[in-house]
Amino acid sequence: MDNEPLYSQPDVNGYYGQFGGAYIPEMLHRNVEELRTRYLDIIYEPAFQSEFQELLRDYVGRPTPLFLAERLSKQFNTTIYLKREDLCHTGAHKINNTIGQILLAERLGKKRIIAETGAGQHGVATATVCALKGVECIVYMGEKDIERQAPNVARMKMLGAKVVPALSGSKTLKDATNEAIRDWINNPNDTHYIIGSVVGPHPYPDMVARFQSVISEETRKQLKEKTGNELPTHVIACVGGGSNAAGAFYHFLEETSVQLVAVEAAGHGVNSGLSAATTQLGKPGILHGSKSLLMQTEDGQVVEPHSISAGLDYPGIGPLHANLFASGRGTFLSATDEEALTAAFELARMEGIIPALESAHALAALKQMTFTGKERIVLCLSGRGDKDLATYMEHIK
Amino acid sequence: MSRISALFVSKPEPILNVYCTAGFPKRDDTLSVMEALQTSGADLIELGMPYSDPLADGPVIQASSMVALQHGMTIPLLFSQIGNMRKTITVPVILMGYMNPVLQYGFEKFCADAAAAGVDGLILPDLPVVEFETEYGAIIKKYGLDFIFLVTPETSPERIQKLDSLSSGFLYAVSSSSTTGSDRSNTGMPAYLQQLQQLKLKNPVLVGFGIKDKASFEAASQFTRGAIIGSAYIKALQENPDVKNTTKTFLAGIKG
Ligand SMILES: Cc1ncc(COP(=O)(O)O)c(C=O)c1O
Repeated sequence: MDNEPLYSQPDVNGYYGQFGGAYIPEMLHRNVEELRTRYLDIIYEPAFQSEFQELLRDYVGRPTPLFLAERLSKQFNTTIYLKREDLCHTGAHKINNTIGQILLAERLGKKRIIAETGAGQHGVATATVCALKGVECIVYMGEKDIERQAPNVARMKMLGAKVVPALSGSKTLKDATNEAIRDWINNPNDTHYIIGSVVGPHPYPDMVARFQSVISEETRKQLKEKTGNELPTHVIACVGGGSNAAGAFYHFLEETSVQLVAVEAAGHGVNSGLSAATTQLGKPGILHGSKSLLMQTEDGQVVEPHSISAGLDYPGIGPLHANLFASGRGTFLSATDEEALTAAFELARMEGIIPALESAHALAALKQMTFTGKERIVLCLSGRGDKDLATYMEHIK
Repeated sequence: MSRISALFVSKPEPILNVYCTAGFPKRDDTLSVMEALQTSGADLIELGMPYSDPLADGPVIQASSMVALQHGMTIPLLFSQIGNMRKTITVPVILMGYMNPVLQYGFEKFCADAAAAGVDGLILPDLPVVEFETEYGAIIKKYGLDFIFLVTPETSPERIQKLDSLSSGFLYAVSSSSTTGSDRSNTGMPAYLQQLQQLKLKNPVLVGFGIKDKASFEAASQFTRGAIIGSAYIKALQENPDVKNTTKTFLAGIKG
C-alpha cells in the first residue's frame, strides 16, 4: 500500500490521509468534541506552556540526556546515541503525555481521571500526576498484564490509584482500553480519559504526539551541540500504539534525509500466529475510535496479539504510524521476543543500562540493519527495565 | 413508506423493540429467537451482530457476543440464517453492530445483502456523522434502509435536531449516560424524555438502555413512542436457553 502522501498533521476531522477520524458512539461525543475544539487553544496558552515546561524540567527531569553509547556503537561499527527516556521520573516517556493531559484535565474542570495501561508505565505515570494534583485515579489493566507487570501494579497502588482488572477478551491492553472507554461512557461529566498512546479518536493521536514531541525537540538541539548537525541519519523507536516513536520522529517527519525506523513486536515470529506486528499482519480497520491498521480476522473481529512485552501487546497502531507506513516515510521492522531479550541483556552488559522490554525491541532492530560507519543514529530508549526483571530473570543466561 | 415508519403510523400503543444477539444462545437460534419474539408480541426486532470489542455494550451483551463468536457467528452466516426470514417474520427488523465487521464485509455489499434479506434499518453506533454525510448515508439510502442515530442526555438540542434530521424510521434515545444494561437508578429519565418531546422531532422516539421490566417500559413509553429492551432479555436467555418459553415468559412480564 505504498505511495500515499505523508501527513505530518491530521486534518480537521483527525485524518492522516485515510487513517484517523473519530469512530465513537454518541455517548462519547460531547467529551471528545470538547477536546477537539479546545485542545490546541488550551495547550498553546502561555500559562499552560510555562507550567508544562516547568514540570517537565523540575518534576520529570527533562531534558533527558542524549548518550553516546560507545561500546554499542563499536559493536555495530557506527555511531549510536540513546535518547534516555528511561531516565524520566517513573521510568519511561509515558509521563511526558500524562503531565500534559493532567494540566488539560484541570483546565477542563475534570475531577476524576481514568487510564488504561499495558506494561503499567502509563498507569504509573497517570497515577503519579494524579497524586501530584490530588485527583482521583482509576487505571484499567488486563488481568494478564497485572500478573506480568506486578511491580508497576504495586507502584500504582502506593501512589493511591485504584487498579481495576480488565477481564474480557485477551485480558491485555486492548481490553483495558475497552474498559476505560466504557467507564468514560458511564461517567461523562466529571471524568477525563488520559489515553496512553497515539491511538483513540481524534484529537488524541495528535494531542499525545504533541506532548511527546519534546523528545525530538530535545534530540535536535542535543545532536547539534554534540555533532554540529541537528539531523541524525536514523531515528529508531519501538511501536506499541506508537507514542514514543511519534515523539522521537515528530520534528524529523519532514526532514526526508532522516530515516524513521519503527520497530514492532513480532512475538514468536511474524507468521507464528503469536505476534503483534500490526503493519505486517493488519489491514485497515477501526478500533478504539480510529481507523488505522488493525490485526483482525476476515470477518473484522479483532485478533488477540502476542508479545512478551506488555506495552507492545496491542493489535493496532496509531493512525499517524499507519500513514507513515502507507506513505513509505517510515521503515517498519519487527523483533521477536527472543531477539528483544537478547538485545536487553547485551545493552545491560555493554552499557550498564537495563532497558524496558519494549525499548529492547528497538535495540534488537539494529541487527537487522546494515551500516557503513557514517551514520548518526538516535535510538529512543523509551523506558527502563525494572518492571521487567521477573521476565529477565526467567531468561538469564 | 418503510416498514418501520408504517409500524409507527399503524400502532398507537407503546412500541416494544427487543434486542437479540445473532447466533445466541446457540449459533443457529437466530431465526427461532426472532420468531419467538414476534409470536410473543415484540413489535420490532433489533438483531445484534456480534463484535469482539463492543464499546457501547455492558457485560451482558458482551458475554452474548463472545458466545456467538465462539460458536462461529459471522456476517455471511447471519445473512444465510435470515435470507428467508420474510417467510415468517412480518415485524420490522433492524441490524445493529459496529463499523469494523461491516467495513470488512464491504459496506455497500452489506447494505445490498441486508436489503435483499428484508432488513429494514441499521444502527451502527460508531459510524460518525461526518462519514455518514460524506460517504455512507447515500449508500444506506440507495438500498432503502432506514438509519437510526442515537442521542443521549449529553446531546445538545442543536445536535439532537441534526441527528433527527439525518435519521429515518425512529430516533434512539439512550436513557442515561451509560453502556447497555446499566443498573443505575435513573431518576433523570422523565425530565430528559419530556425535553425530547418538546423538541418536536421529525422521527418518533424509542428509549433504550436500562429498560428491563414492565415498570421501566411503561415509564419510558409515557413520553415517547416506546422502548427497547436488550440486556434484560439476553440475561433471561442466559439463565434459561429454552428460546420459546423464555421469550414467552419474558415478554408476558413486560406487556402483560
Ligand atoms: C517503556 C515503554 N516503551 C514503549 C511502550 C509502547 O508504547 P508506545 O508505542 O505508545 O510508545 C510502552 C508502553 O507501555 C512502554 O512502557
